[in-house]
Amino acid sequence: MKNSINNAFKIAKSENRPALISYTVCGDNTKDKSLQILNSISKDLDIAEWGIPHNCPTADGKDIQNSSYRALQNGIRLNDIFSLVKKFKKTKPSKPIILMGYYQMIFNFGEKKFVQKCKASGVDGLIIVDLSFPDNKNFAKLCKKNSICFVQLIAPTTTVKRMKEIIKSSHEMIYMISTISTTGSVLKYSTKRIIKNFNVIKKIKPSKNVVIGFGITEKTISNLRSADGLVVGSAICREITRSLKDRQNPVTNVSKLVRKLKNKII
Amino acid sequence: MIKLKKKIPLIDQHDKFGFYGNKFGGNYCAETMRKPIEDLSKLFEKLRKDRKFLKKRDHYFKHYLGGETPFFKLENLTRYLGGAQIWCKDVSAINGDAHKAYHATVNALICKESGKRYIAGDTGAGMFGKNLAMAAKKMNLKCKIFMGTKDISRQAPNVKFMRDAGAEVVPVDSGSKTLVDAVSECMRHYVSNCDNTHLAVGSAIGCNIFLKICAWSTSQISRELKKQLIKEFGEIPKLKLINVIGGGSSALGFWNEFIDYDKKHVELIGVEAKYAAPLSTNAKVAILHGAAQYCLTDKEGQIAETHSLSAGLDYPGSSPLHGLLKDSGRARYTNASDKEALAAFKLITKLEDIRPSLEPAHAWSECIRLAPKLKKSDVLVVNNCGKGYKDKKIYIEQLGYYPK
Repeated sequence: MKNSINNAFKIAKSENRPALISYTVCGDNTKDKSLQILNSISKDLDIAEWGIPHNCPTADGKDIQNSSYRALQNGIRLNDIFSLVKKFKKTKPSKPIILMGYYQMIFNFGEKKFVQKCKASGVDGLIIVDLSFPDNKNFAKLCKKNSICFVQLIAPTTTVKRMKEIIKSSHEMIYMISTISTTGSVLKYSTKRIIKNFNVIKKIKPSKNVVIGFGITEKTISNLRSADGLVVGSAICREITRSLKDRQNPVTNVSKLVRKLKNKII
Repeated sequence: MIKLKKKIPLIDQHDKFGFYGNKFGGNYCAETMRKPIEDLSKLFEKLRKDRKFLKKRDHYFKHYLGGETPFFKLENLTRYLGGAQIWCKDVSAINGDAHKAYHATVNALICKESGKRYIAGDTGAGMFGKNLAMAAKKMNLKCKIFMGTKDISRQAPNVKFMRDAGAEVVPVDSGSKTLVDAVSECMRHYVSNCDNTHLAVGSAIGCNIFLKICAWSTSQISRELKKQLIKEFGEIPKLKLINVIGGGSSALGFWNEFIDYDKKHVELIGVEAKYAAPLSTNAKVAILHGAAQYCLTDKEGQIAETHSLSAGLDYPGSSPLHGLLKDSGRARYTNASDKEALAAFKLITKLEDIRPSLEPAHAWSECIRLAPKLKKSDVLVVNNCGKGYKDKKIYIEQLGYYPK
């Protein structure tokens, strides 16, 4: 399905709301469970992000670290991730799915082979946390050639000059990191200031879909609704952790949480 | 095979993306870190050419760290092994007890120049942590040290030093609870606080700028050694320089001035811990802590767990600069087991007055293996890069005693 990421943003825009994007770790806490969770929440989502667990995640906070740890403990491998994506896409062909991970996992698998596998299993986009601009130019090209959206990141520390270069080489979606932190910390700036930063990016190229992520929760999401899309990750991973601890079903609990998040932005 | 460039410092032999030999290093980091490390690179390039800063560094090295460390022949060991002459560059005699003192001091000086008030570092054996804590205190900086809980317990004397110097020791309880996890957690701390914190990476690892600062700092060792050799021998004799390798910071400092020599003239030998030995066991290249390097991984590419009695060597990766030295054929790498390192400590301390920590005990082990096979005209120099007191408890547990 070509351009399904663009379509997702179009639909959200037509409903006058930001796109809702989830982040969960593939294989958390088991392969089947993670697919059940994604299937169940996908009705409230516009785009799904699935994390590729790595055991040295230098940009992740405690919540996503815990999720990755559980997934690895239960033996998830890259090939499992590809077949789970395939299964997901079989039932939800129009729901875009983005894989997010660290470059080591791709480097080890082989860049070309990895991108081909992504294409074959129906992956729509990729976010590689530690492959930043301009080092990612060749890999981004390889993605484009295979109709996969390579998502560039912009941080609060990114200068305007650099921002312009990043935007120039970006595909249909850009990920703006809300605050100077790892994933899942509290927002260090007011939501007003975050939206101001967002507007700086939008002004450079209004046609790009810019999503905001890192530290977004039930409490902060509605104040950020003028973004093109909002990513909630750690809050969901935290809910899985809590459910497992309380011996409750993470599928129902996470679905409830995502429903609530959706209600805050419509 | 990669070719080294002559007359260009090893740390500067990278391309504009930070890669050595198109293969090692780079800047694999989150976007948030890009600007801060770019600023740090600019600052470092300015400072290393700034006479005033160099004067300040030399002043600290001389008056704060105690100046030149001794270089002497181990007569008893030489006689006992009956081959090559064995010499010791006793870096452990420095105030701060290990080569990490240079690196920690330089980082604190850079932090001061950058105007940042906070400094954060990782440590395994605690030598870098201790020295960073002391340098931070001296220069009035707030210091955080990240350390695995397993290492906190096995290197307790150094942890006490850090706390006494006023540093906050942050216990890291994830993964294997050792150095690899401490480095990850410290990098996370930096990603979250890079606007006010200077990151002092504890070895010659990490994104390009961090390994450059590290190897630049420790190169003081070989500057001294070169002078000391000429004083003793009137020239640079046929040499073998033996150094232990964890991340590889002490070896890079010990070897720096000798890189351009032919390897038949000055041979460079690195000794890893047997079960943490990416360079000597043909590990694959992997991305760890921001750089491509030889690193132990599993088939899926996950970073492997390592095992060593020595906390400073218990690390799956290696400096990208050692990857460069290995692939160019300039250095060769071998390893020693816990048992061999302990046996080396036993012999050395029986015959000589030095008390190496577990890390350099690995280098001594290779020296003991090698010396009997060589001629009297061959000169072996071992970098005795750390003092043994921190491992007293482990030595007593393993050997039943700790020599006076």
